[in-house]
Amino acid sequence: MIRNFFFIILTIFFLTPNLFGEEKAVLKKQEWDFQGIFGRYDKPTLQRGLQIYQEVCSACHGMKRLRFRELKDLGFTQEQIKQYAETFEITDGPNDLGEMFTRPGEPSDAFVSPYKNKEEAKAAFGGAYPLDLSLLTKSMKNGPDYIYSLLTGYEDEPPKGFELPEGLYYNPYHDGNVIGMPPPLYDEAIEYIDGTNASLHQLSYDIVNFLNWTAEPELEKRKSLGIKVILFLLVLTALLYVTMKEIWSRIKK
Amino acid sequence: MAKKFKNKTLAWLDYRLPIFSVLKEALVDHPTPRNLNYWWNFGSLAGITLIIMIVSGLMLSMHYVAHVDLAFDSVEHIMRDVNYGWLIRYIHSVGASMFFLIVYIHISRGLYYGSYKSPREVLWWLGIIIFLLMIASAFLGYTLPWGQMSFWGATVITNLFSAIPLVGDSIVTWLWGGFSVDNPTLNRFYSLHFLIPFVIVGIVFLHIVALHKFGSNNPTGIDITLKEESIPFHPYYTIKDLFGLGVFFIIFGIFVFFLPNSLGHPDNYIPADPLVTPEHIVPEWYFLPFYAILRAIPFKLLGVLAMLGSILILFALPWLDTCKVRSCRFRPIYKQFYWIFIVNFFILGWVGSKVPEGHYLIISRICTGYYFIHFLIILPLLGFFEKTLPVPANIFKEHNKKK
Repeated sequence: MIRNFFFIILTIFFLTPNLFGEEKAVLKKQEWDFQGIFGRYDKPTLQRGLQIYQEVCSACHGMKRLRFRELKDLGFTQEQIKQYAETFEITDGPNDLGEMFTRPGEPSDAFVSPYKNKEEAKAAFGGAYPLDLSLLTKSMKNGPDYIYSLLTGYEDEPPKGFELPEGLYYNPYHDGNVIGMPPPLYDEAIEYIDGTNASLHQLSYDIVNFLNWTAEPELEKRKSLGIKVILFLLVLTALLYVTMKEIWSRIKK
Repeated sequence: MAKKFKNKTLAWLDYRLPIFSVLKEALVDHPTPRNLNYWWNFGSLAGITLIIMIVSGLMLSMHYVAHVDLAFDSVEHIMRDVNYGWLIRYIHSVGASMFFLIVYIHISRGLYYGSYKSPREVLWWLGIIIFLLMIASAFLGYTLPWGQMSFWGATVITNLFSAIPLVGDSIVTWLWGGFSVDNPTLNRFYSLHFLIPFVIVGIVFLHIVALHKFGSNNPTGIDITLKEESIPFHPYYTIKDLFGLGVFFIIFGIFVFFLPNSLGHPDNYIPADPLVTPEHIVPEWYFLPFYAILRAIPFKLLGVLAMLGSILILFALPWLDTCKVRSCRFRPIYKQFYWIFIVNFFILGWVGSKVPEGHYLIISRICTGYYFIHFLIILPLLGFFEKTLPVPANIFKEHNKKK
């Protein structure tokens, strides 16, 4: 009896995480390729995501933890990566004369942030600053679904009676329903190299895939190793169980 | 003297330094009650998890940099550049959760079967000391990645010491090594985080010495008097512990490989920023019940004392529980209260994750009150009023009765 009571209480906890909480906009949950135990990244999707980052996001947002060489995971060849890296200008130094100099990027370099430091970004955006995107999906609850919802959740007209401050945008997924970032994506915001139709859904879906990859580049390796480890452990544990029964049968009467 | 080892070198060495006979005594011959159930697996699981934590922690320490400007980046360096660094780090961070899960079950088992009662009081005390050291170590370790929760968690917890009258603020400054949580704080936290696990190993050693003095308690809670009631630890419990370890590794593995961040807080992937306070500062799940007790009380000093007291009260448990019968099996009333206590603890954990206002605050106060009522009123009184069931003379009688 008391045990049933125990489980009922526990069930209530897990089914109603927000028993007395206020209502928030429901996330638009998507089917992500990288979810689940067999989760994988889709290379064409990641490549399109890189293109969006390159043409849209990188104007304001940095990606400082990602190195060019890691683009190998997206299906690019060493030569392509080298050429791509060379299109970036890297500040290096000091040289023998004690001066900083610029040189073309190399595969071992990280992506260059659009602002030298947080202070410069803050000055450019009047206090708020655009986040570095390297770890974005990991740094928020339900990161992928949240970012997808945010990117597709802008509304042109705020609901009646809502005071929208000057220079901000209405987005029910953001704290306080307002956000400083103008809608970055819209239908045909960019023209995909591979000719895919650039709908708002497609753009948002691709960039979230890319961002999840930059946050968890080890995901594929982790999950495939995990499956092997768990299978091994299942067999080992089954053998241990049989052995245990065998040994204990010597004394059970 | 009878030769204990056939191998001459072993025998020669053991004659001069008896480590092999001590190990043999502890891990092979040690007479153990034959009726232990799976709840007795968690002691050895905790020991093995401690070793996993030390080994994975040692590997992390070879790449980690304890500096406010570099700590976060060095953790990401481990995740991205170090070979299998992500595996080492996830083993360590998930391992902390697993360690607490195991130890909570281990403590619950002790509470259910009365393992803290005479003559095992000191064994129980040593266990509580290990638990306190684990809490300290986990808290210190959580600050090291220097994410937002690391920084603000460290700020909140160190600030608790300011509740001490007169010298509180000076103590906080002394703990910080400055006037805010900063580089000296991170450095000393790293140093202490490295030290404490080895202190735990020492106390675990004493815990085992105290355990072997009277042997394990058992589900009936009665003393083992007959020789036939015991079986040698090896092979019976070595294989049972290995099987338990296999099951544990499967669960551990599922978290490490498929849900590595589900037990942590996403804010800790944002680098620490002393100028931006997170919306809710919450500790890791294993501290939530105690965090709820801390915040249930409006006066800071009293809250801190209640939180500390909720653990320290366990030291007095062998005397607060006035019943001579150990196991819940023969205590029908206590058994009900035991489960209510467990449910109460879960509710505390749940409200600990919420903002302490409105309904949550009321619930946390009721549950905090009940937590102490359980120990200070219910347990002492039960010893006098509860009618316990007849206790069998030995574990076989119990076994036969069941059939």
